[in-house]
Amino acid sequence: MKSKLILIIIFIFLIFCFLIFYKGLDKPNTYTPKNNIEKNLPIFKAKDFYSNTYINSKNIFTEENYYIVNVWASWCVPCRKEHPLLMKLSKNKTIKLIGLNYRDNLKNANKFINELGNPYTQILIDKDGTLAVEFGAYGVPETFLIDRNKKIIRKFVGPINKSIIEEIKTIIK
Amino acid sequence: MLANQIGYYSLIAGLLFSVYLCVVSIKDFNNTNRNVSPNLITLSFLQLTFVVISFLSLILSFINSDFSNETVFNNSHTTKPLFYKISGTWGNHEGSLMLWLLVLTLFIFLFLIKSREQPKKYRILTLLFQQLIIIGFFLFVLMTSNPFNYLFPIPLEGLGLNPILQDPALAIHPPLLYLGYVGSSIIFSASLAAVAQNYISKEWGQHIKKWVLISWIFLTIGIMLGSIWAYYELGWGGFWFWDPVENVSLMPWLTLTALLHCILVLERRGALTSWVVILSITTFTLSMCGTFLVRSGILNSVHTFANDPARGIFILIFLFTLIFLSLGVFFLFYKDNNKDSNNFFWLSKESSILVNNWFMMYFLSVVLIGTVYPIFLDVISAEKISVGPPFYQKLIAPFLAPFLLFMAFGLKLKWIKSKIENKNSLIIFLIISVILTFFILKNITTDLFFYTILISAAFFLFFSTSKELFLKKFNNISQAVAHFGFSLLILSILFNGILSSEITTNIKVGEKYNYNNEEIFFEKIEEKNESNFNSIIGHFKITNDKGKVVELNPEIRVYNQPIIITSEADIKTTLLEDKFLVMNIVKGNEYFNIRYQVKPFMLWIWISVLILCLGGLLSIPKKKYEK
Amino acid sequence: MKTFRIFLIIFLFFGFTQSQSEEKNNDFKNKILKNIRCLICQGQSVYDSESDFASSIKLIVNKKINEGMSEDQVYKFLIEKYGDWIIYEPTLNKNTYVLWLLPLLLFLLGGAIMIKNLKFKK
Repeated sequence: MKSKLILIIIFIFLIFCFLIFYKGLDKPNTYTPKNNIEKNLPIFKAKDFYSNTYINSKNIFTEENYYIVNVWASWCVPCRKEHPLLMKLSKNKTIKLIGLNYRDNLKNANKFINELGNPYTQILIDKDGTLAVEFGAYGVPETFLIDRNKKIIRKFVGPINKSIIEEIKTIIK
Repeated sequence: MLANQIGYYSLIAGLLFSVYLCVVSIKDFNNTNRNVSPNLITLSFLQLTFVVISFLSLILSFINSDFSNETVFNNSHTTKPLFYKISGTWGNHEGSLMLWLLVLTLFIFLFLIKSREQPKKYRILTLLFQQLIIIGFFLFVLMTSNPFNYLFPIPLEGLGLNPILQDPALAIHPPLLYLGYVGSSIIFSASLAAVAQNYISKEWGQHIKKWVLISWIFLTIGIMLGSIWAYYELGWGGFWFWDPVENVSLMPWLTLTALLHCILVLERRGALTSWVVILSITTFTLSMCGTFLVRSGILNSVHTFANDPARGIFILIFLFTLIFLSLGVFFLFYKDNNKDSNNFFWLSKESSILVNNWFMMYFLSVVLIGTVYPIFLDVISAEKISVGPPFYQKLIAPFLAPFLLFMAFGLKLKWIKSKIENKNSLIIFLIISVILTFFILKNITTDLFFYTILISAAFFLFFSTSKELFLKKFNNISQAVAHFGFSLLILSILFNGILSSEITTNIKVGEKYNYNNEEIFFEKIEEKNESNFNSIIGHFKITNDKGKVVELNPEIRVYNQPIIITSEADIKTTLLEDKFLVMNIVKGNEYFNIRYQVKPFMLWIWISVLILCLGGLLSIPKKKYEK
Repeated sequence: MKTFRIFLIIFLFFGFTQSQSEEKNNDFKNKILKNIRCLICQGQSVYDSESDFASSIKLIVNKKINEGMSEDQVYKFLIEKYGDWIIYEPTLNKNTYVLWLLPLLLFLLGGAIMIKNLKFKK
């Protein structure tokens, strides 16, 4: 019976659609980038915060160490919140922190660092935001964890919190 | 406050009336009276009255800035101008659902009083199916989206309405759109009732056509208003972005237009009965589906309402219940009374309408698949992709030219069997179209071959419909006007797309900038304070090479509640073109960033949509399809 | 005088073609920018947005174009950093075959059914 067959096919198809929509409701509709894919470290040249000279990325990530690249700015309120955690993390010997000062005013950035402390072994200036794009960031604060093979293995959007610190600590052991 | 209580209990009353209506109508269905009991009409009127009372109470709460009402608190502010306090009533999720209920109950009441010559059982079944939808929405409102939630302690000030929504076009866009969008519910209910009664016939086609036309006209105007708002308010100079919410209003429009044409075949020849029923079901289903996509939070879009997955689940279940119900009714009751009726001669008006359906369903599938595919992909393989304007343009554009050509030919065909008359004039039109197009486009565009074909087809349709409208003896004026309007719409959109130009640059006060034979002069800055925003107005003078000066004054507004900064474009419209200027602040600078666009024939896009609607309007008083 | 005039003409000609090619270059760049989604905006392209993110993307796209990247290469670069979500036109890959081909398939199917039901003899 041709019409019965059509009916069954339509029925199954509709159930399929229902299930898809039902599961779709649980998914966030804003973009949450996949955090766990290994990406290559971008190659770039950036100005150093203190010496005001250009450095090649090859010369920044020199040691066989874990690295953190943290995108921050003096005008960014959540950055203030996460800064103490970064200070604590910087005490850890197996990891080095690189700061990326994003679209900031040098004077204000200096004030920020003097006020809250400097957890970074190096700070790079990203005046127009293009360096952040090379890393795949789209706002502040954002933090990237780089492993010993110079691959970006984790990306954290938004301010760091205690559980993220724990996650980082387990990885870098 | 009191309005809150009245509003809430009116809703409960409306729901109770629904249940009571169902009971009474089932009893009336089974008795042997020849006419529908007048009680049903009275009850329907009372139901409508209570919904109106409830709606008015909500409006009153907005006008009084009664922040003990949670909806008012979330969406209004004491400093809002009165007009926008009122329109703010339906500019939010809960309030817009009140509009749903209003249109649902209004349409069934109007249907009952305007269908007195129709068979009794058919009318009662229509009432029953519509009440099912109405009950569903009452439950949805009362259980998940109550507009009369009480807040205590009463806040002193509201959270404000988004300033982008404070616009006249957007204020009337929902009511008009819903009259079409929600109004298709009556077509849905009536079709199911007709199927159940084996009443899909020429007479029924004649009767239901009015409702299809009314729904279609309002939906067309509603979509146009939404596009006008996007054009004037959003500042990017476009009027259609293939955003999910826009697509969701376009899809029922496509099926409704196809339905309109199928009804003609039904009315005249008693054929395409299954097409008519399926399209009727599909139109309202797409409306419901659209409501789901936009209100459940499943899609990310420019103007989705506040998202809440609990609401999403309710609508999802409601939607699929309606789908299964309607398909069930269709498969159980549909009888094809004339098996061969759909075998048309290939050169006839019926077959041209079939071809129209074919193309419309293709366009529908492009829009539908483009809109929901990302959801399917995300659920199945956790990949997130975007489906944006290039997708829709690439899949629709190649099919437009053949579509327009088929339309031009189809309009000339007669019923049952036809020869193409006046072959010579058609060939002449075709040649003129191609030559005209070629010379216009020669120096302008890079994709000469593709655009020549497309615009020649548009011109061809334009010429043949113009001839129908202006030279013939007004034989079938509504068809001529509507298709003329459509051809004008396509031409306007195409030329607007090809001939538009724009420039973005940074400029400071006192500077001049030359672009395309025009000089842009940034004269001065003016600051202004209104009741709920402060603004910086830029005064610009655009001088063309003939010395004519046009003044453009774009604004940057800082609203106070909530704190939002918007750019208001200034647009100068003439019959020939629009000049469009937007201004933005450049951080830390005395420079301003301006974007200046020249958009030819913009006004004709809106005018042609109105002509299109006029064509539909002219068809309503007609008793029977003429020639 | 004659040589001066010749030089003037050649100079103007190059100026003209330069601005023409600048305009073409501009159109090319704008076409790409309109196809990139502004990730922090609600449904705006990078071209239309004035946000920080959009300005950074505009600068980087400019840089890459000047380095000689083709349109597809620019898209690939951004997709590698941000995922498929950032480009409005879905690329044709194993994830999107159904997306691009299903409507066309339906069109052909519909046409076949329709032609089957039409009468071609008198």
